[in-house]
Amino acid sequence: MAYESLKEQIAAYNALCDEKSAKTPERQNLKYNRLYTPVDIEGFDYEKDLGMPGEFPYTRGVQPTMYRGRFWTMRMYAGFATAEESNKRYRYLIESGATGLSCAFDLPTQIGYDSDDIISEGEVGKVGVAIDSLKDMEILFDGIDLGKVSTSMTINAPASVLLAMYIAVAEKQGVPSTALMGTIQNDILKEYAARGTYIFPPKPSMRLITNIFEYCSQNVPKWNTISISGYHIREAGSTAAQEIAFTIADGIAYVEAALKAGLDVDTFAGRLSFFWNAHNNVLEEVAKFRASRRLWADIMKNRFGAKKPKSMMLRVHTQTAGSMLTAQQVDNNIVRVALQTAAAVMGGTQSLHTNSRDEALALPTEASVQVALRTQQIVAYESGLADVVDPLGGSYYVEAMTNAIYDEAAEYIKKIDEIGGAVVAIEKGYIQKEIQESAYKWQMEVESGLRTIVGVNKFQVEEKAPEGLLRVDSSVGVNQSKKTQEVRASRDQAACDAALAALKAGAADESVNLMPLILDAVKTYATLGEICNVLREVFGEYQAHATL
Amino acid sequence: MAEKRIRVIVAKPGLDGHDRGAKVVARALRDAGFEVIYTGLRQTPEQIVEAALSEDVNVVALSLLSGAHNTLFPKIVELLKAKGMGDVLVIGGGVIPDADIPGLKDAGVAAVFTPGTPTGDIVKFINEHVK
Repeated sequence: MAYESLKEQIAAYNALCDEKSAKTPERQNLKYNRLYTPVDIEGFDYEKDLGMPGEFPYTRGVQPTMYRGRFWTMRMYAGFATAEESNKRYRYLIESGATGLSCAFDLPTQIGYDSDDIISEGEVGKVGVAIDSLKDMEILFDGIDLGKVSTSMTINAPASVLLAMYIAVAEKQGVPSTALMGTIQNDILKEYAARGTYIFPPKPSMRLITNIFEYCSQNVPKWNTISISGYHIREAGSTAAQEIAFTIADGIAYVEAALKAGLDVDTFAGRLSFFWNAHNNVLEEVAKFRASRRLWADIMKNRFGAKKPKSMMLRVHTQTAGSMLTAQQVDNNIVRVALQTAAAVMGGTQSLHTNSRDEALALPTEASVQVALRTQQIVAYESGLADVVDPLGGSYYVEAMTNAIYDEAAEYIKKIDEIGGAVVAIEKGYIQKEIQESAYKWQMEVESGLRTIVGVNKFQVEEKAPEGLLRVDSSVGVNQSKKTQEVRASRDQAACDAALAALKAGAADESVNLMPLILDAVKTYATLGEICNVLREVFGEYQAHATL
Repeated sequence: MAEKRIRVIVAKPGLDGHDRGAKVVARALRDAGFEVIYTGLRQTPEQIVEAALSEDVNVVALSLLSGAHNTLFPKIVELLKAKGMGDVLVIGGGVIPDADIPGLKDAGVAAVFTPGTPTGDIVKFINEHVK
């Protein structure tokens, strides 16, 4: 028997240790020993479980040299008020050394309403920039060479429309679509499960997504056509294992939808990307990143028969956990974000957004954003964490945790398969329920004091309300509405009507790829709201059933 | 005769999709013995007031993290008054800057609970303020 004497030593060690002095918050399905030894990774097979970086199953990373080759993309999520204001912030970020753009859109844009729609009242320009027509998009990227920058857009239900606008702006700049680099989030399933900016029911939504996969494989080959997102699932309260399990289950649903639409797996799978949360528990997060890569590689190879290495690689953007920022003693958040950054980097992320200290209170100020970006730069250039590939590989604890998270996630995926896949599991509320349970458990742990949040339930101080928060003026909504009405008044209305009619006819025919029709429509300055309304008429709207 | 249980509607006005807080609070209020109705996402002020009326609630609890609170919370208070429900306790929560709270209180929002508030504080406030 292996490790016989070591096992005896561990038993003696455990007997010596006082349980009370080594308690941790109860953690669902994750065993936490005090001490990890070779016993915890018995059967560990380097070549099968880890392999070389850049090789199957990619546990150690998707590139052979990782950050020795180049650092991750430092991509700061930004956007507020108008296209003019946001354009200024983007130029500031590029000047400060950000290496990619990431667009935040306001809620009306994300849900396919124009700024002058009654339902948009109070929301215009609040959580991101308002984009109604191609005109706004032209202003947003004014003076930014779309042939050089890579742009990530957090847009889901109307992703096809925003991508079409981006392609149209690039065309005006003289940049062909084949040269464009970037990502659209385009992940509708997690909108139903956790984030809330859905428009259409699942079936036509999945069609729009596969239309984009197909269109981009031919016309925008360097574009990441989806960012399958665990971030928001985690923000809604899930555990680390649930985050990757539910997200990879969504990924499976997208692959199946594309295969069903007749696409070959290796033509689109290489452009699928993922989006993880970097949460507080540093080593658990590192293990999560590693486990997710191995799990996706296994699924793509064994379940879907992918042949190209790129099809099996889980490439990931990361954002630090917004829900872990506290409104109390906001400077403490800088430290939290630094630790989360360390986790994402040791986990091998391809790009990273770091949150700003004041985001539990408002949108971040320019000064706060600078500290957040500097945090990434300090980790990159000063900490040494980027010097070697997968620095925690081989740690008894991290390997054991990687295996545990892999197994727990695989178990969830099996269960979701039995339910009928991610779409059915979401329609039945199974995934939402699991997330809610974890969220409630977390809150009760905080309230009972079992889980300490510094400055919130321990080490509190009396403090003054922070000053200098960023505010979006309510005149933004009025001015934006006026601008959009001017666009409608000055465009070639006949061309616009014809493009919208063609889109409507195409939407009614499932065999039609809608991307070219949407591109035609945006070029006539048809607005986002008008385009989405045409699609609403044909597709209907998703009706969520709220469960507690 | 048993005392009538306090009825609370937890509502998400506007387009905001962040419902972690609303759901956690709804469940905590239910565990505290209140009757709780949760509206789900994307409710217009009119829909919320309609639901409050038909459910005959004592408390309307609004959750908003998108920054539209200054527009939507006062509108809901006004509509409640117009429907003769001026005695309903309206409370709010979410990402709401301290500077906005006095204005919301002037508009008739009884209390605003910001991030980090223990759910027990909300329960206590409701128990003390429902007439």
